[in-house]
Amino acid sequence: MGEVVGDFEGDLKELRDTFNSGKTREASWRRSQLHGIISLLKERESDIFKALKQDLGKHHVEAYRDEIGTVAKSANYALGNLNKWMGSKRVKVPLAAFPSRGKLVPEPLGVVLIISSWNFPFGLSLEPIIGAIAAGNAVLLKPSEIAPTCSSVLAETIYYYLDNSAIKVVEGGPRVGQIVMAAAAKNLTPVTLELGGKCPAVVDCMSSSWDQKIAIKRIIWGKFGACAGQVCIGIDYILTQKKFAPTLVEFLKKHIKKSFGDNPMGSNNIAKIVNKKHFSRLKDLLNEPNVKNSIVYGGSLNEENLFIEPTILLDPPLDATIMTEEIFGPLLPIITLEAIEDSIQFIRSRPKPLAIYGFTNNEKLQKRMMCETSSGSITFNDAIIQYAIDTMPFGGVGGSGFGRYHGKYSFEDFSHQKAVLVRGYLIDFGFRYPPWNDKKLQLLKSGLRYNYLTLVLIKLGLKSKA
Amino acid sequence: AGKLLYSRPHVTLLVHISIYTGVAAAYYFILILSSTMASEDVKDSPAMVVFDTEAANSLVKELRSTVIAGKTKSYEWRVSQLKSLLKMVEDRDKQICDALFSDLSKPEMEAFIHEIAMIKASCKLALKKLKDWMKPEKVKTTLGTFPSSAEIVPEPLGVILIISAWNYPFLLSVDPVIGAIAAGNAVVLKPSEVAPAMSSLLAKLFGEYLDNSAIKVVEGAVPETSALLEQKWDKIFYTGNGRVGRVIMAAAAKHLTPVVLELGGKSPVLVDSDIDLTVTARRIVSGKWGCNNGQACVAPDYIITTKNYAPVLIDSIKHQLVKFFGEDALNSLDLSRVVNSNHFARLTKLLDDDRVSEKIIHGGQTDINNLKIAPTIVLDAPEDSLIMNEEIFGPLLPIVTVDKIEDGIHFINSRPNPLAAYLFTNKKQLKEEFVSNVSAGGVLINDISLHLMVDTLPFGGVGDSGIGAYHGKFSFDAFSHKKGVLHRSFYGDASARYPPYTPGKLRLLKALLDGSILGIIRALFGWS
Repeated sequence: MGEVVGDFEGDLKELRDTFNSGKTREASWRRSQLHGIISLLKERESDIFKALKQDLGKHHVEAYRDEIGTVAKSANYALGNLNKWMGSKRVKVPLAAFPSRGKLVPEPLGVVLIISSWNFPFGLSLEPIIGAIAAGNAVLLKPSEIAPTCSSVLAETIYYYLDNSAIKVVEGGPRVGQIVMAAAAKNLTPVTLELGGKCPAVVDCMSSSWDQKIAIKRIIWGKFGACAGQVCIGIDYILTQKKFAPTLVEFLKKHIKKSFGDNPMGSNNIAKIVNKKHFSRLKDLLNEPNVKNSIVYGGSLNEENLFIEPTILLDPPLDATIMTEEIFGPLLPIITLEAIEDSIQFIRSRPKPLAIYGFTNNEKLQKRMMCETSSGSITFNDAIIQYAIDTMPFGGVGGSGFGRYHGKYSFEDFSHQKAVLVRGYLIDFGFRYPPWNDKKLQLLKSGLRYNYLTLVLIKLGLKSKA
Repeated sequence: AGKLLYSRPHVTLLVHISIYTGVAAAYYFILILSSTMASEDVKDSPAMVVFDTEAANSLVKELRSTVIAGKTKSYEWRVSQLKSLLKMVEDRDKQICDALFSDLSKPEMEAFIHEIAMIKASCKLALKKLKDWMKPEKVKTTLGTFPSSAEIVPEPLGVILIISAWNYPFLLSVDPVIGAIAAGNAVVLKPSEVAPAMSSLLAKLFGEYLDNSAIKVVEGAVPETSALLEQKWDKIFYTGNGRVGRVIMAAAAKHLTPVVLELGGKSPVLVDSDIDLTVTARRIVSGKWGCNNGQACVAPDYIITTKNYAPVLIDSIKHQLVKFFGEDALNSLDLSRVVNSNHFARLTKLLDDDRVSEKIIHGGQTDINNLKIAPTIVLDAPEDSLIMNEEIFGPLLPIVTVDKIEDGIHFINSRPNPLAAYLFTNKKQLKEEFVSNVSAGGVLINDISLHLMVDTLPFGGVGDSGIGAYHGKFSFDAFSHKKGVLHRSFYGDASARYPPYTPGKLRLLKALLDGSILGIIRALFGWS
């Protein structure tokens, strides 16, 4: 994985030339590329599964659900909506500007750099590429070197299935990413930052056992079932009532066993930790004073296989690193509070996360959570699934990032919405122009207040003041 | 004293000594008096207090606690502030015009049309539409997440920093503030020190009319702005030039603060021969010289026309110039002056280049004492001259001639994206080509600058001309976070999502993500 910092400048120039030739603006080109992505996912499915298994130990069903399936869905959604998104939108124009027609014309930005992450290497690379292509841009993708097999497969399949003169992949170390980020401010390049944070799940005690069962399944899935917790919108920690905590812990234990079996490492149903560095980081989280003795389930680690067992902690110290930094792994702290409503203040006193989850049927609590907390998104009675909804914008706020994408928001993120106003010559109001006098002032005052009757009266000399 | 000196030498000496002593005593007395007065000054006038990082820090802290307390979020609070702003403009329009005249010699008409009227319209629109803008937007959900309901809820970002410019110091300060308030935020406004009368008027008026626990004005220059930029804001909104824009974005990057940068560029005007010549010339002249004498971000920077048509166009422009500003335009009261001596020097430097000054075909007169430069037209200045590469922002208008009108489009596209691009023509195809192929913040056909008045159009740049947009609802959106909210039910749970994973689950997931009902049925029955 050598440093290719010098090489990519040649790539960049070619991309810019391709963009300037106008090729990427054509609707037919955009469609062909989107179809290319769909074919890529279909025909190379097994290579993708293999790469994800290699880098992340992902089971292929998880891989399909979270990366291949969702991306194919997004590509189809973009194909279905492309004409609508590409068309210009008429806007209403005030009578004072009559006669004129106003519209918003979307146009591509040019050459777009996408720097993706290692935890969903295909999903987080292809999803923004879909948006960038749909909007008519040329693209340079820098996949994460932390998932090297996936990076190579991406580079190879993109080369084969997509237009190489307009979509390129550059592999390299972190220096490539950092260099370009620093350059963004120097070049006034707009950015979208999809970051992370500690996504809390507020778990209320539920009376219905059916609801409880489903909630527990979803919580376990939202914590351990997607890339072993190494996901930006995964549940980071749980907030619940002191009274309910013991019951919650018992339910969780039971369902973890059901989902992953007695030997989760061998079960093939949970991903591994991506590399030694992250493994050590997670190990250190558990080794802090008073954190280890808050473990109530799990806690075993296997360094050779980079495996950490689904682990539950009950009330670790709030100033321990596990409670101040994003965990990004299969460790689930449960923080207990006197009343469930205290969770709102708890969340508010911390940086804004990418997602907040509320497992409750209490409508009042739901409303309070929605109005009194701020996050990229908020989901009730489920986790992570908001990612799959094309009509909802996906992005952060505050420390969790800015900008958003998915569905039409991807298209918009990579477009410039150009304002266009077309005027006619037929009517020209003399009072717009100097030399200035009071009559013109009065005409303008009424015109700008859209007070057309007064305007006519002043013009006819029947009135003198607006 | 003179007489004494000549007649009595010994008395003279005495007089001299006493005079010197007296003078010395007086001198020291004055010295002591002035130093005590100075220290009283420091105590009594708060203007002497330096606004440093610590002051900026506590300012932001205070505003953040106002936001956390929830005060700025309520509809009632936002409406009360917008109503007060409107009242402020209506009550004090004379003072506002006076400040604009003091800072820019702006004619009252311009002050009214371009600044006061626009702000009033902006306030009224926000008041009328706020309820609508604040409403959550329901969105469709897919079969894959059935049953569920989803919506997008706008919420305030928090504490906003707005740094404005000197050329439309009232408009460019208050318009973004309207957006920030409408979206429910607390605001710090840093007006431009290059327009000092307006800066201190804004500080005074905001203090009188608006809620000081949530909306503040910080006056000052580089040191004060730097202190502000060190803080963590929820959004920074800047209007000005690209050089400072980069500094602001770099400072924002440290805190991951999103930005809106309203910058500038060289806004070109492409003029075809198939036009209504009189109306075109009037619109160009008023757009260039009737808007702060060319000191506007969307002012026509230069004109492109064909070699054949140039003489006709130039004649018409000269004719309209005389009609609007008289024979002695340099001294016309209907023209703003150049804002200060720095900019005056910058503009005269553009004309100093011999290769440029020999191409002046109209105007060129300057009056350094009154900071006035006459409307000046330059024909075919060399392409590498400063006037053809830097944003002019003044009353100088270069004209570039090309062989075919289409060459004009290539000329524009080979340069950085401008904030606005203008075309005058009746030809439908040329209009379509221009709109599709010229990338600019906004495009206006057959007029100048008017698109700013249309609040259903976003106003902002692209590429070097800026990031983000505002006006109308776009202002509200610029200062909001649109939060996705998903409500799921406990019914209809697809167990295919959960481990342990099986081939059957894979088939069902494929069908679910495809959204095909038939596929789902087949998968459920094991037929696929």
